[in-house]
Amino acid sequence: MNRISRRKLITTALVSAGGAAGLGASGIIARRRGLIPPDAGGIWGPGETLTYAAQRLLTQHSLAREFTRAQISKPPFANEVYPLGDQFKKLQDASFIDWRLAVDGMVGNPTSFSLSDLHGMPMRSHITILACEEGWSYIAEWIGVPLSHVLHLAETLPQACYVVYRSFQDPDWWESIDMADALHPQTLLTLGMNSSELPVPFGGPLRMRVPRQLGYKSVKYITRLTVTDSLKQFGKGLGSSSPEAGYAWYAGI
Amino acid sequence: MADSVWGPASAASSPSSNSPSLRHPALVRITHWLITVSFLALLLTGIEILISHPRFYWGETGNDLSRPLFVIPIPASRDLVPTGYGYTLPDQNGWSRYLHFEAAWLAVLTGLLYLTYGLVSGHFRRNLAPSRGDLSPGGIWNVIRGHLRLGSRADDGVYNVLQRLVYLCVIFILFPLVIWTGLAMSLAFDSAFPAAVALLGGQQSARTLHLLVSAALVMFLFVHIVMVCISGFRGRLRAMITGRGRSETEGA
Repeated sequence: MNRISRRKLITTALVSAGGAAGLGASGIIARRRGLIPPDAGGIWGPGETLTYAAQRLLTQHSLAREFTRAQISKPPFANEVYPLGDQFKKLQDASFIDWRLAVDGMVGNPTSFSLSDLHGMPMRSHITILACEEGWSYIAEWIGVPLSHVLHLAETLPQACYVVYRSFQDPDWWESIDMADALHPQTLLTLGMNSSELPVPFGGPLRMRVPRQLGYKSVKYITRLTVTDSLKQFGKGLGSSSPEAGYAWYAGI
Repeated sequence: MADSVWGPASAASSPSSNSPSLRHPALVRITHWLITVSFLALLLTGIEILISHPRFYWGETGNDLSRPLFVIPIPASRDLVPTGYGYTLPDQNGWSRYLHFEAAWLAVLTGLLYLTYGLVSGHFRRNLAPSRGDLSPGGIWNVIRGHLRLGSRADDGVYNVLQRLVYLCVIFILFPLVIWTGLAMSLAFDSAFPAAVALLGGQQSARTLHLLVSAALVMFLFVHIVMVCISGFRGRLRAMITGRGRSETEGA
């Protein structure tokens, strides 16, 4: 072995060791700061972690772009909905008077709200893009109660890291978001759209709107919120039903 | 500074013919193949993502109810899209999106490594920046005429002015543009850098531009491969793998 190749070998070894140590250290920091997504295992883990960590660091408090009333898409486009079943039909026939939103998990005050309870809460609206992972999008005005307000009423514990939300929709569709999105001022439990009630095809009577993520995080027909510090015990432990169906848990891109 | 790995730097260089000369530095070879792998993954998954909605729009929004800028006349992988075909292709969006972004990270990190190397080592200045004389219409015409003849060309181990301009365009215009237009489709990115999206004309404009810039990159890839074949596929491939190539087989 000549001198140059030995020097090369030593340099390569040092660079690799340094790289490995750097990766290990950044992994520990990322975990501590909550920058590892729940679907980080497997072959897509490195890409997902980089995307989630980078976007989370850049968008901790950023607001989704809001548009003018003139920019609202007319007519809006309602995506396909799975059949909702007889129970939903019964609730719908009674004008959703018996619809309940349950709040449980890591909260000091597990509770539930009717739609009229929600209508009595401080409302907020924003005109934002709803974009689907398929590539299409539309702009609408979304009116609702900030999720942060409901979490506050239920006395969410400080160790909470995620909010899991469930839907009436069949098959069992559930999602979750981290506290950066859950407490974000534009994340709404949506009751209205374009100055009227939220129509059923668009998720009425109650839809989660997470405007900084793709449409599949804005789940329709919300019935239950569960606050948690870990997503491990939910479903297959990947964070939501999306990764179980092959889609990324984080949908900021 | 690694002048020696490329042979003499001046345009008048003429390495001894038929002698194996070290052509591509190791870092250029490694990043070349990493970019190749990630680009092919991005292309395949990009097409998969495209077929879930092969309609393209201009502005902020667009959907099945709005007027498209153009439609790619292929069947779609989602059944709500009005394509005119009576069937729906299998939906591959889940893993395609996972792989698209993972490959994008590989491409971006590799690109940053290459950029740093290119600036620090003088690779860009020495091998890619065209000289003022080369940029004259006569100089460019000479190279084009040489290409049109397809005959044997003396290869001096130096990129000609056309190659330099095309590589510079790919590295400093097309790649940054494809990354920018890709990020501009992200709702989270939009919330952090709204001006970067507005400058492109909106999120759907960004999507359309992403397609067009990708098409330009595919055209570059096509011409690149054709030129490699014309100038001796095996020799060129060997040069990009081992770094060594015979000057008699070189020329594109």
